[in-house]
Amino acid sequence: MNAPAAKPFVEFDRVQKSYDGETLVVKDLNLQMPKGEFLTMLGPSGSGKTTCLMMLAGFETATHGEIKLDGKPINNIPPHKRGIGMVFQNYALFPHMTVAENLAFPLDVRGEPKSDREARVRMALDMVQMGAFGARRPAQLSGGQRQRVALARALVFEPELVLMDEPLGALDKQLREHMQFEIKHLHERLGITVVYVTHDQTEALTMSDRVAVFNDGRIQQLAPPDELYERPQNSFVAGFIGENNRLEGTVEAIEADKAVVRLKSGEIIDATPVNVTQVGQDTLVSIRPERVEFKPEYFDPGAHTIEAEVLEFIYMGDSFRTRMRVAGHDDFVMKCRNMLGQQRLEPGRKLQISWHPQDARALDPM
Amino acid sequence: MKKTLILTTALIGLAVGASAQELTVMSWGGAYGKSQVEAYHKPFTEETGIKVISVDADNPATPIKAQVEAGNVTVDVADVEYADGVRLCDEGLLEEIDPSILPDGSDGTPAMDDFLPGAVTDCLVTSIVFSTIYAYDSTAFPDNPPSTIADFFDLETYPGKRGLRKGAKANLEMALMADGVAPEEVYGMLETDEGVDRAFAKLDEIKDQVVWWEAGAQPPQLLADGEVAMTTAYNGRIFNAAVGEDQPFVTVFDGQIYEYDGYVIPKGAPNLDLALQFIAFATETEQLAEQAKWISYGPARKSSGPLVGLYQDGKTEMGPHMPTAEDNLKKALASDFEFWADRDTELNERFNAWLAG
Amino acid sequence: MTDAVAAAAPTTRATDGRLTTADGKPLKAALARAQARNKRRAFFLVVPLLLFVVVTFLVPIGQMLSMSVNNSAFYSWKDRDTGDTIPLMVDLRGWFNENEPGTEPDEAAYAALAAGLAHARDIKAIGQIGTRINYEVSGTRSLFTGTSRKAERMEPPYKEAILDADEEWADPEIWAAMRSASKAFTLDFYLAALDRTRDADGNIVKVDEERAVYILLFQRTFVLSALITLMTLILGFPIAHLLATLPLRHSNLLMILVLLPFWTSLLVRTTSWIVLLQSQGVVNDLWVASGLIDDGNRLQMIYNRTGTIIAMTHILLPFMVLPLYSVMRPIDPSYVRAARSLGATSWTAFRRVYLPQTVPGIGAGGLLVFILAVGYYITPALVGGSSGQLISNLIAFHMQKSLNWSLAAALASLLLGAVLLLYWLYDRLVGIDNLKLG
Repeated sequence: MNAPAAKPFVEFDRVQKSYDGETLVVKDLNLQMPKGEFLTMLGPSGSGKTTCLMMLAGFETATHGEIKLDGKPINNIPPHKRGIGMVFQNYALFPHMTVAENLAFPLDVRGEPKSDREARVRMALDMVQMGAFGARRPAQLSGGQRQRVALARALVFEPELVLMDEPLGALDKQLREHMQFEIKHLHERLGITVVYVTHDQTEALTMSDRVAVFNDGRIQQLAPPDELYERPQNSFVAGFIGENNRLEGTVEAIEADKAVVRLKSGEIIDATPVNVTQVGQDTLVSIRPERVEFKPEYFDPGAHTIEAEVLEFIYMGDSFRTRMRVAGHDDFVMKCRNMLGQQRLEPGRKLQISWHPQDARALDPM
Repeated sequence: MKKTLILTTALIGLAVGASAQELTVMSWGGAYGKSQVEAYHKPFTEETGIKVISVDADNPATPIKAQVEAGNVTVDVADVEYADGVRLCDEGLLEEIDPSILPDGSDGTPAMDDFLPGAVTDCLVTSIVFSTIYAYDSTAFPDNPPSTIADFFDLETYPGKRGLRKGAKANLEMALMADGVAPEEVYGMLETDEGVDRAFAKLDEIKDQVVWWEAGAQPPQLLADGEVAMTTAYNGRIFNAAVGEDQPFVTVFDGQIYEYDGYVIPKGAPNLDLALQFIAFATETEQLAEQAKWISYGPARKSSGPLVGLYQDGKTEMGPHMPTAEDNLKKALASDFEFWADRDTELNERFNAWLAG
Repeated sequence: MTDAVAAAAPTTRATDGRLTTADGKPLKAALARAQARNKRRAFFLVVPLLLFVVVTFLVPIGQMLSMSVNNSAFYSWKDRDTGDTIPLMVDLRGWFNENEPGTEPDEAAYAALAAGLAHARDIKAIGQIGTRINYEVSGTRSLFTGTSRKAERMEPPYKEAILDADEEWADPEIWAAMRSASKAFTLDFYLAALDRTRDADGNIVKVDEERAVYILLFQRTFVLSALITLMTLILGFPIAHLLATLPLRHSNLLMILVLLPFWTSLLVRTTSWIVLLQSQGVVNDLWVASGLIDDGNRLQMIYNRTGTIIAMTHILLPFMVLPLYSVMRPIDPSYVRAARSLGATSWTAFRRVYLPQTVPGIGAGGLLVFILAVGYYITPALVGGSSGQLISNLIAFHMQKSLNWSLAAALASLLLGAVLLLYWLYDRLVGIDNLKLG
């Protein structure tokens, strides 16, 4: 998956964007997408992800660089000729039209005959299980229903590329999870290419083939979800995706796949070098809570251990969270599965913890 | 509390007392209004201590009629055209004025002999003779200046916009005179439908080029702005603009329509006694003669004639500028008050329809 | 509520099935009592406004309507000195009551007329009577004033004496008009307002062409108002759109410019148009200076219909912009973007997606501007010349100059009726709840 197919379907080539001529909102963006991919642009607000989407849709022009669709530059093609379906955050269903009229709109402006139109509208509505709602107005629908209609409208004219701008942001948690599944399912069934923008990392991880993490106008990392989670390339990605414990220190020794880091408080830990290459470099070591071990029988032989003091034990149902003081940090978290015979740690207890060196990643200091 | 009450009462009493010594006079504003303020209002206040408040109207006859009809009279004395005075009197809208309050002339002539014939009626005391003339901007026609009333209607020789008063009166008479009707036959002809048709037909010739004015101060302004090439106007207004303000305006007396104008008291005027006192004072020989120093309208008393001398600039002889000067009366029409008292409503109705059509 | 308390007040349902409070009083009465105080207080707060509306709006409109169907000038006279009301033409009215319409006036009728004229002359009511009949039959005012001067000295037979004074008295139209004017209720002013009159037999006929003016002016008023509404829409739509889409700090400045006319006196604005548009005015000077027109052919843009349209469009523009703005502001730009992404050209997106959403604003602005324009008075009076006069100017003429208040009231009532009709039509076609004024 890391190497895109020979002929990219969507391509950003050294794209830059500035609104005021003084600051760049998008800095040197390069991105290639194969046909059929579900790519998510993830990042905090103001990171440039929505601007990229708008440039792709044609509502913003790139200040520099080229955007190509199916090999052809589209910088000078107006939005209505790009043939890109789009789902908006607020759905943007036309309030003065019925659901069916909303869906017929893209077919109508393309001059499709009326008979075909009706059939396709019906099909699209059935596809999102909204077949019974064709005569309603958007105002008479619930949030989830509107979302489905917006989806159906973006798909009804069978675009090869569909853009979604935080489409689930306005829904409650349960509905959102349900819709994530439905969108993913549609994507697989129809074989369309999707660019999806969100600031919700769970959404990004569950739905995407690849995720582009945006910050400060740049893609920080572009990778499949598992790689992104397990092997973040820098501290921003590590911090932005999922929960992690951070320990600051200096590289004491370094080999190909193992670095020894001395923490500020003096302890020694093991880690995998990611952005560090030399002894003496400052680094930030990131460890996922679920990869922390406290039972000596599971410790990696030869790995360093570090002392921890239990501060708080939180029962979470499927798992236990234990907050501890480690190397002077009060917010070090360990997460264990709630399984038969799992030990509950009492606050105040002191113990040694450790982890597999692969699970601790020595990254650039923030 | 009691003190406040007494104080308030005293203040109100004071206010009422003060307002009893005020007199409201409604007139036409502009240069004419000014002449009245200088010649009548100021001397009256000086002599009696009564404050005179001046109010302006395009034609005072209409607001005072409305005031009396509505039973809400705020004006004590109004300056109206003679015909309107007669008509309003007929309709019972004016107080009657006892002629015995009018003092004799300064040369001893009894009052009723001193005034021009017919100048004092049941309800009206004439103060001036004014005239509706037309005037042009001399820079507009340097070579062959217009000189007759027919020239006013001649758009070919004298192209340019015309100013006319928005109303039937004077326009119909001038139209007929311009169409070749002799002054003495004008009213006879206007009594008939054919005559009225003929007058409107003549007005049709210039209708497209007319800018309508309503207040007496407008015509000199229209001329000065270059909005019109010539306009009908009250002769005094043009005189003041030409002599007083050195505007290049020339008055044409050919086809002029002269008319009395005087003071009336609306029925139910708040200060009837003061109003009578004011009218008696203002129409004395000296005051009438004094007014002629300010504007070129003829005084209504014969005894004022010899006292009229120079314009306020101290060099212009007023005599030749009066509508009643012999040279100016060669082709002139005395406005027929009876005709207008009777026909005003219906001819204005016709005039409105003609205007809108 | 715990179970114990619920048991202490076991039933809240009286025998007749209606709900009651815990101590057995009807629930509805208790609710009304509890709310009465608040309702009273709320009512007292709106009482001043209510009174104000009644006194300054409903009563005058009622008076206007009554005046338009009732004019007592022919049969009663108010003595302004004593305040008494004196009946006029008593005998003649008696004769009208006893004889059918269309009866040839006999000696008794003429005698009654002579007595009535003499009496009216005596108390100075003749001008009023003549004016009243003159409304119906043009040119009769002088007939009344003239004949009344001689009426006192008339002797029997009166028919001859009166016809001797003026033979126009034989005209049956005058008698029909006097009969009609004797009644308290009349629709004659509405007829007059529609350029109609009654002939001698009481049939409704058109007035002479040269006197017909009102229908023409009603038509002109509605056509010009529609044109002005259209102009404000064409000019106001882009401005409102700009206002709605600009960032707030820019749009505030623009909004001030739009509202500036509101803060300037109507007269100042109208006069400034005169300065700009008159033939020696700024605009003409510019055109002459730039060689577009030569000095002799300066354009007449004021004191005619053009002047009325220009000045009124300017003055009424904010009334169009504000409702449009209030409708456009909440329209999210994503609608148009959605339409574009779905394949619509920018024109189609505007026409099919943006424009329909602004319809409530267009309706509100259009209705507002049209109704204001229909009743506009000062501006056409100052810049309209003769061809730019509207019906309101004639209403003012009859209110202030001719003092035919009944006709003015009839004209105004027709105008009011037309506006209400329009309102009703709008409600039927667009729906009044779709109106968005701001």
